[in-house]
Amino acid sequence: MAKLPTPQTLVSSRPAFPDKAWLDIKPEFAPGSYCYPAKKETMELLHMPNPHDWDPAAEDWNLPENWEKILCDAFEERLEKHRSLKLFMDICVRCGACADKCHFFLGTNDPKNMPVLRAELLRSLYRRDHAMLGKILGKKVGARSWDKDVVKELFYYAYQCTECRRCSLFCPYGIDTAEITAIVRELLHEVGLGTHWIMDPVKNCSFTGNHLGIQPHSFKEIVEMLADDCETVTGIRPKTPFNEKGHEILFITPSGDVFADPGIYTFMGYLLLFHELDLDYTFSTYASEGGNFGSFTTFNMAKKLNAKMYAEAERLGVKWILGGECGHMWRVINQYMGTYNGPAPSNMETPVSPYTGTVFKNAASTKMVHIAEFTADLIHHNKLKLDPSRNDHIITTFHDSCNPARAMGLLDEPRYVLKAVCNNFVEMPENTIREQTFCCGAGSGLNTEEIMELRMRSGMPRGNALRYVQQKYGVNHMACVCAIDRATLPPLANYWAPGVTVSGLHELVANALVMKGEAKRTMDLRQEDLPNVAEDDDDAAQAQGEGQ
Amino acid sequence: MLHSLLLVLLIGAIAWGGATIGLASLFGVVLPYVAVVVFVAGVVWRMVYWAKSPVPFRIPTTGGQEASLDFIKQAKYDCPNTTWGVIQRMLLEVFCFRSLFRNTLGEVRVDDPVNKGPRTIYYSSKWLWFFALMFHYCFLLVFLRHFRFFMEPVPSCINFLESLDGIMQIGSPRFFWTGGLLLVALLFLLARRLFNQRLRYISLINDYFPLFLLLAIVGTGICLRYFDKTEIAQVKVFIMGLTHFSPVGTAGINALFFTHLTLVCVLLIYFPFSKLMHMPGVFFSPTRNLPNNSRAVRHVNPWNPPKQYFTYAEYEDTYRDAMADAGLPLEKQPEKAAE
Repeated sequence: MAKLPTPQTLVSSRPAFPDKAWLDIKPEFAPGSYCYPAKKETMELLHMPNPHDWDPAAEDWNLPENWEKILCDAFEERLEKHRSLKLFMDICVRCGACADKCHFFLGTNDPKNMPVLRAELLRSLYRRDHAMLGKILGKKVGARSWDKDVVKELFYYAYQCTECRRCSLFCPYGIDTAEITAIVRELLHEVGLGTHWIMDPVKNCSFTGNHLGIQPHSFKEIVEMLADDCETVTGIRPKTPFNEKGHEILFITPSGDVFADPGIYTFMGYLLLFHELDLDYTFSTYASEGGNFGSFTTFNMAKKLNAKMYAEAERLGVKWILGGECGHMWRVINQYMGTYNGPAPSNMETPVSPYTGTVFKNAASTKMVHIAEFTADLIHHNKLKLDPSRNDHIITTFHDSCNPARAMGLLDEPRYVLKAVCNNFVEMPENTIREQTFCCGAGSGLNTEEIMELRMRSGMPRGNALRYVQQKYGVNHMACVCAIDRATLPPLANYWAPGVTVSGLHELVANALVMKGEAKRTMDLRQEDLPNVAEDDDDAAQAQGEGQ
Repeated sequence: MLHSLLLVLLIGAIAWGGATIGLASLFGVVLPYVAVVVFVAGVVWRMVYWAKSPVPFRIPTTGGQEASLDFIKQAKYDCPNTTWGVIQRMLLEVFCFRSLFRNTLGEVRVDDPVNKGPRTIYYSSKWLWFFALMFHYCFLLVFLRHFRFFMEPVPSCINFLESLDGIMQIGSPRFFWTGGLLLVALLFLLARRLFNQRLRYISLINDYFPLFLLLAIVGTGICLRYFDKTEIAQVKVFIMGLTHFSPVGTAGINALFFTHLTLVCVLLIYFPFSKLMHMPGVFFSPTRNLPNNSRAVRHVNPWNPPKQYFTYAEYEDTYRDAMADAGLPLEKQPEKAAE
């Protein structure tokens, strides 16, 4: 990985707008500006159209011979399938309200990263074939023809958008760049163009059940190791049920949390919470992925990967599914799952919390509940014994992930939980949180190392906001409800606000959770010493004695 | 930019010239009929074009807290989960430009004393919202005021509107504030495009042309009222003739009137083929006009493809031995599967 410039240099090195009109500028594929291409074998294995070897930095991308016809036909087909696309191509007035709402634009100052211009890349092609004036007047009214450089440009900018929808919130017509980017990516996949960082997890998820390609026995082994770690911290070894039939609940979370620091601590949090509740649940090694990298490629791939959830829920005979903390996973579940693969299997029922009796009416159809909803409800009904002082060594803020914020509206549930388990909570500035939240800069499959500088740029708004509360209020921790965030925010925090740690919500829940029969907690889930242990009442005398 | 201005001037000049050399009935009679037909047919055609594509997914942009637990307050207008809620959200969007109201201006600082380093600050920025709203409302009022030419007797509500519009009682004929504000708002929208670097970079002829056209329409309209005054009574007779499909002569009406009328006709003709279709378009927007209830009520996609995925049976076939060794429950034990 190339050395990163300092934050000051990064900000001051953003180039001014070019003199030339955007139609006359071609993207440069310098190292670090693009994600590595998907392997031909991966694409073949997934039956993706026109798999081939290619290199984004090369002049020739080895597109199939009739690439233009493929793309035009595919575009036409998408227009017939999505009213949103037709509408978003037609009604933009270029008011520019979206421009500085985009984290990529703020971080790069590249005009084509203004959502309006990103859409204009496709809109100019639309005008030529689908708009009366464009057909007649052509370039004069902003229409252009396909050529190979246009394809490159689309690729370049479709992977400099994290489909976070922040622009769509500010657009007076609700034009959603995520929709446009998603469709541009679909078109590019039609001519065999995809990225390795996305297609590899898709392949893994297709054939092993999760993005990381963890096979069933290893999955079980890893989770059991995490359960062992839980025992080290709490003296209680939580149960780890796998693929068991006849339980009430199937629990699905992103596989990243089984594998990667700091997600594993969130996973341990789930294990401890469920154990304490004696929750009647099971994991599945088959549906062991909550996330859905398919949703970063095509709608059909998203559907295909998502299908395993209901299939497994049916096979195991569960009543409902509880979903872990994840961003795009919840975009898929909240807005697409029922449509893709519903109705839910007949053995499933409207979710009811076994402890509070709360009926989750908002999940009556998909039968899938977010763990923040579940836990907030438990806390509201006093079903958990919590000691938030165990988290007193942190002053935390909360990062709203784009998808739960703008494609679901999950804003106050995680805050309710966070405030119950942490005494020190500070919000970041108001235009950077809740529905106006800024992306971590690396969502939608851009969380890859080769574009690290670009990620730091696109993460600038989030990084700046974090830095602000760090400097002003001494914030040293950022909680989030997204597995990709847990992977991308640590380097982002390290760059923009060094010293701030990142965790999932349920890591903090489990830290604060007072469990029946637990050993005295001296460590948090990361096995770091709890600083205020000696101050505990029962031990105060003892500690004093030792001191003498 | 210049092209759009010249184009509008050219249209105006042609209409003026035409009316002067005796082609007033072409610009005053034929063109308005053509324009209205093109406008109505064009708008319907584009709306049908949109409507022919389905809405495969329910994808509202949630602008606030979802409806979930009893003790968590839903943002009813920004994140509705019912049809009535969506209607309210749409009303706010259409009548108050709710989304534009959120507008902010981001300023990136390299060295900020609080952050001890780079900081991005977001200032509230309501100018676009304010002038956009001013433009649209004034346009609506001016449009309604013009019904005095289309109706006999003039409905009392139109008279009332007029009296409100001239409430400041400045000059004679009384100054209508809507016309003046309309001009101000249009000039603001134009100035933004010219002086804001980002706006200038993205602006096309498609953006300047309607602005200049509207400026010309408003400009000629104001002239007709205050300066090169037209013979109102005759105009009314003329317009009533048009609306009753029995056009009367154009004698005695000045050329400026026909210029004004022609520009309006050009706007009507241009409308269905342009970004001005945002007017009907906003009602079709799936990120605004759908409730956030896709977990509670299933949304059906008419082209939903068949399910194809790696089934559990295939999965178990692939990993059966390893799963058995790990003690994971199986549908078929290895010895059974081997049979």
